Amino acid sequence: MEKKWEEMSAEEKQEAQFQKLLAPKDPEGNDLKFQSREAEAAYKARINRLKDAIQLKRPPDRVPVALFPSMFPYMYAGMTVQEAMYDYEKCVAGYKKFVLDFEPDFPMGAAGPGPGRFYEILDYKLYSWPGHGVAPEHSYQCNEGEYMKAEEYDLLLSDPSFYFRNFYLPRVFGKLAPWNMLPPLTGILEMYGVAFNFIPFGLPPVQDAYKALFEAGAEALKWAMAVGGVDVELATLGFPNIFGGFSKAPFDVLGDTLRGTRGIMIDMYRQPDKLLKALEALTPIMIGLGLGAAQQTGKPFIFMPLHKGADGFLSDAQYKEFYWPTFKQVMLGLIEGGCIPLPAAEGGYNTRLKYLNELPKGKTLWMFDQTDMAAAKETVGDTICLLGNVPSSLLKLGTPDDIRDCVKKLIDTAGKGGGYVMGNGAFFDEAKPENVKAMVAFTREYGVYK
Amino acid sequence: MSEELARLLADLKEAEALAFVEKALEQGSDPLDLLASAKEGMAIVGERFADSDYFIPDLVFSGEILRRIVALLEPHLKKQGESNRLGKVIMGTVKGDIHDIGKDLVVFMLDVSGFEVTDLGIDVPVQRFVEAVRETGSKVVGLSGFLTLAFDSMKQTVDAIQEAGLRDDVKIMIGGGQIDERVRRFTGADAYGKDAIEAVALAQRWIGG
Repeated sequence: MEKKWEEMSAEEKQEAQFQKLLAPKDPEGNDLKFQSREAEAAYKARINRLKDAIQLKRPPDRVPVALFPSMFPYMYAGMTVQEAMYDYEKCVAGYKKFVLDFEPDFPMGAAGPGPGRFYEILDYKLYSWPGHGVAPEHSYQCNEGEYMKAEEYDLLLSDPSFYFRNFYLPRVFGKLAPWNMLPPLTGILEMYGVAFNFIPFGLPPVQDAYKALFEAGAEALKWAMAVGGVDVELATLGFPNIFGGFSKAPFDVLGDTLRGTRGIMIDMYRQPDKLLKALEALTPIMIGLGLGAAQQTGKPFIFMPLHKGADGFLSDAQYKEFYWPTFKQVMLGLIEGGCIPLPAAEGGYNTRLKYLNELPKGKTLWMFDQTDMAAAKETVGDTICLLGNVPSSLLKLGTPDDIRDCVKKLIDTAGKGGGYVMGNGAFFDEAKPENVKAMVAFTREYGVYK
Repeated sequence: MSEELARLLADLKEAEALAFVEKALEQGSDPLDLLASAKEGMAIVGERFADSDYFIPDLVFSGEILRRIVALLEPHLKKQGESNRLGKVIMGTVKGDIHDIGKDLVVFMLDVSGFEVTDLGIDVPVQRFVEAVRETGSKVVGLSGFLTLAFDSMKQTVDAIQEAGLRDDVKIMIGGGQIDERVRRFTGADAYGKDAIEAVALAQRWIGG
């Protein structure tokens, strides 16, 4: 008899997730119809290859190769970032061309550019994007700020959802500013006075905010249909999108978009206890975010972009006190729920490698940007699967021969005995197509385990 | 000069440093002396950062304490020109890129190391750098960028300085997330730095100080 999900160990859950990936369904819930036998075989070989690399039990047939670009697919297809953000059909067509031309084992989907009109409808202030503070041909970029004020920790701690709805969201979405008038839901208790809670919904500015929200929701749906459609199509052609969702280290949640880099660093001195409490409060929220997404998408890989814990940003003592404990808890919670955390360590992570041995073996996939991969293999190669490290500068400025040298070195060191996925180190916009091709082709040729 | 204030600031004792300044002002200390002590404290912060005893949060917090000390001193200071600066440096994040954290750290470290910094901000047009070189007579230009698009913007900026006939008058350094020696060669800059300390070292090598 099959075990119930709740009764399974983390090991069994991960295995069940891989089995689910190996038996993909179409959006109606029927078995996915591949376009050819070869496509089906390629799809399954790709999943098994990744599974072997991650579980560290035996080497896969060859080194898997991932391409996780930023705006490269759209630039390569000859459109501006602005076009990719506003013309969803064009965006997914460009993405499909990228996958078919370069044939990475694991495409990450066409969600990168995002729906431009959606951001416009809600007057998104957290980012500048093409036509809104950035040139048409350039990628969107974050506007750093203190979207959460230093004195608002108690508000965040007492009711995070209320804080997000009434304080944070009204600041980052211009159209949702009237949400600061909404009542806490937890005040809706009994018949006497219940109607008072609903008065704000009768006010014109709040009603306008909801009208914008409905419009934004419809736009998001339209975009998601296009982006989801190309995922299914590429799967039938043998290319699985493994990304199931997204989560973050609690320190980055606060440091990236709430308190900002400067704000959180000053809080480490002025109000360390409140900062630590907020990091703890965000931990189950970030676990739930990942598990919920994995359940919805049926895919176990949870992408976690890492920022403020990189080499140089924090001292070892600061990393150990403020960054690592709750980050580790989030990863353990995701693993416990059958997910595979995929942290992307931007910058260098050399001084943090020793901490990664505290993770269970064979349960995480780490994308490294400028970390010394030979040292990473040596330090944590028995615990985690490594990914990446082909530099952005090499992809844009090097030659195919430079790429082959780089790929060979990575396979000889990081790829020794398995546990490694070839890939780019940072999410890249610009690259020479022949370099990206060389990266995939040479990995296929040289990366075969004998 | 007060060694006590320099020490409090260097050790990031915010409350004590501010209380010290308030008390010293009440007792009639020379605000210029206090300012000099605060700068001495910042120089120690810079040394500790260079020695990897301090990291970015410590640098950011020292800047915050300094800002508050200067706010206390300001009403007591008569307006006067900056004195004894080592030399002028122009800094900016190149065209198309709006990232400022790395650039701000370099500006901050150059400033506390005694350079007079002209900060052109973010998404700086190529010609703005050229004009700034003409206007300020700076001998060092620092170009910052986080994205791969910055490689081209940096090259265009170096080329524009060349075309304006100013290339021999300045040394150009670049830095940011994905910048390495390969990018330096591509852009035609004189050097690249991995962090704010390397930027200060380059400026010192080129200007002295």
